[in-house]
Amino acid sequence: MGQPKTIIEKIWEKHVVHREEGKPDLIYIDQHLIHEVTSPQAFEGLRLANRKVRRPDLTYATMDHNVPTIHRENVKDPISVKQMEALRKNCEDFGIELADMFHPDQGIVHVIGPQLGLTQPGKTIVCGDSHTSTHGAFGALAFGIGTSEVEHVLATQTLWQEKPKTLNVHVVGELGPGVTAKDLILAIIAKFGVKFGTGYVMEYTGEAIRNLDMEGRMTVCNMSIEGGARAGLISPDEKTIEYLRGRRYVPKGEEFEKKAKEWLALATDEGAVYDKTVTIHADEVEPQVTWGTNPGMCVPVSGSTPSLDEVENKEEVRRALEYMGLEENQPITSIEVDHVFIGSCTNSRLSDLQKAAEIVKGRKVKDGIKAIVVPGSFTVKMEAEKLGIDQIFKDAGFEWRDSGCSMCLGMNDDIVPPGGRCASTSNRNFEGRQGSGARTHLVSPEMAAAAAIEGHFVDVREYKARVLQ
Amino acid sequence: MKAIKEHKGRVFPLNRANVDTDQIIPKQFLKRIERTGFGQFLFYNWRFDEDGKERPDFPLNDLKYKGTSILVAGENFGCGSSREHAPWALLDYGFQVIIAPSFADIFYNNALKNGIILIKMEEAQVNEWMEKAEEGDLELHVHLEKQEITDGEGNTVAFDIPAYHKEKLIHGWDDIALTLQLEDKIKQYEETMQV
Ligand code: SF4
Repeated sequence: MGQPKTIIEKIWEKHVVHREEGKPDLIYIDQHLIHEVTSPQAFEGLRLANRKVRRPDLTYATMDHNVPTIHRENVKDPISVKQMEALRKNCEDFGIELADMFHPDQGIVHVIGPQLGLTQPGKTIVCGDSHTSTHGAFGALAFGIGTSEVEHVLATQTLWQEKPKTLNVHVVGELGPGVTAKDLILAIIAKFGVKFGTGYVMEYTGEAIRNLDMEGRMTVCNMSIEGGARAGLISPDEKTIEYLRGRRYVPKGEEFEKKAKEWLALATDEGAVYDKTVTIHADEVEPQVTWGTNPGMCVPVSGSTPSLDEVENKEEVRRALEYMGLEENQPITSIEVDHVFIGSCTNSRLSDLQKAAEIVKGRKVKDGIKAIVVPGSFTVKMEAEKLGIDQIFKDAGFEWRDSGCSMCLGMNDDIVPPGGRCASTSNRNFEGRQGSGARTHLVSPEMAAAAAIEGHFVDVREYKARVLQ
Repeated sequence: MKAIKEHKGRVFPLNRANVDTDQIIPKQFLKRIERTGFGQFLFYNWRFDEDGKERPDFPLNDLKYKGTSILVAGENFGCGSSREHAPWALLDYGFQVIIAPSFADIFYNNALKNGIILIKMEEAQVNEWMEKAEEGDLELHVHLEKQEITDGEGNTVAFDIPAYHKEKLIHGWDDIALTLQLEDKIKQYEETMQV
């Protein structure tokens, strides 16, 4: 036995194609995912230089950012159409598999990767999208890249990357009832800030992480980038293996069992040393709500917006409160919403929809609120419909849509109007993210569902005790 | 990529931390399939109101900063989305150098790949330049080879930049062409690892 190693180092060392003093490493990429928004210029670059895609078989494409979630057959925006057509043509010309708008495998790129089993432990996975960190839930080293890097991967199947530093995000204890993976990751970012992970790859460890199911782990890893880290991952365990068993792109039969052993062996060794460790106590985490314009501006639902006298970054806080149309010291539960969005690559998987449905079952969305549910993939949508979840939402007054990114970033028609206020299960509350002038509060699916019913934020634990008994 | 050895220009101070790429270029402008033409949309929601009219309170609209080509900003510049449209917009608008106490990882790579000089500088120095540019007019001369910045008054400040990035900027090297020189090694990797 050599030195104990972290999973991050193990994956890295396996992927170095070329190493030279004074340069980043050239690492091999096992899986490249692409979508319509960040790829057109990369393909254009290939064509101009007369280059081919080195490994179309390791590349997989879908359409998610632009696609309408209603009346798909009739995309109104001609520029969106152009972008989708470009992807279709690029995939055809270069021989890349594509789940296009009407394909049964279509969905948000970070939802379908795991669902199809393209996402596997130990792989290096990249995509021109910062939430590629989601795939880290399986013990893959997965990170977002820019369009020049997309072109580089298409042409060479490799990337020049500095070996990352390792950061252990250690979660002690267990999450209380009614507190979710989303609350945990929001609490982590609230505690350590939006750049504590810059330059690092995070590994989430500890009991609370092990206790999360795979979908919860994806929610946590998804938002690693909101803490500044390009990638966040979780060592694989039996849950990882069971989730992957039987999925389309994983090996079958004995080959799978062999793989499973290799995957489990990737887990961080006992005694491995990280460059940095931060610790948070899960039992102290409450349901969270963001009040400001970055994900670190977040407090427990029992809290209030900050008091200007008590913060160091006064100007930033003042500007955020102004943009959000909030006062200082305002109780979170006094904030009324007019939009509710359940969806995005953070929280649009089956279990997210199930948990939200429990909250709204037999109740009605408050008058004046526009509430939509956007499943993360066509498959999630079908599964939910089989379970009758769509009907629960529709009966309550939610709109039940087709899959895509939708109101997470509002590149299609699903936007929050200027001054509108949205309880959203997505991952970014930046100014204008959900629409110009829109105000976003990030919450868990349960919290979003409860806000839809009550018209303002409530502690979902208290709501459950009061309403669901 | 164009080779760039030095740059002299006036400073635009953006006194905000955590400027995210949604702010640098809002999503409604990500639908173009070219790399060019994004400058007009830079900082769109800060520069323009709902009717597309210039907001007088956003400093970039101040005539004083017309023609500035060095952006000085607060920490964690470029956080959020991986969209390379952000550096495309900055460059297309005319910014060739960005100086900040820290940058988000993905943005850092994206900007360098487009020939933007990114300089990490201590907060105190950033603030000093920010104030000077706010109060008056500040011109800086960035010498990439010497890793030095000089101002009009003869002050010189040194900066760090990874040697590898510096080389690439100075020579304007195309990453893909460089990598393809290692194609044999890639092939060999694929064979041994059976990918
Ligand atoms: S759902 Fe939102 S965060 Fe996720 S990939 Fe789509 S736009 Fe990005």
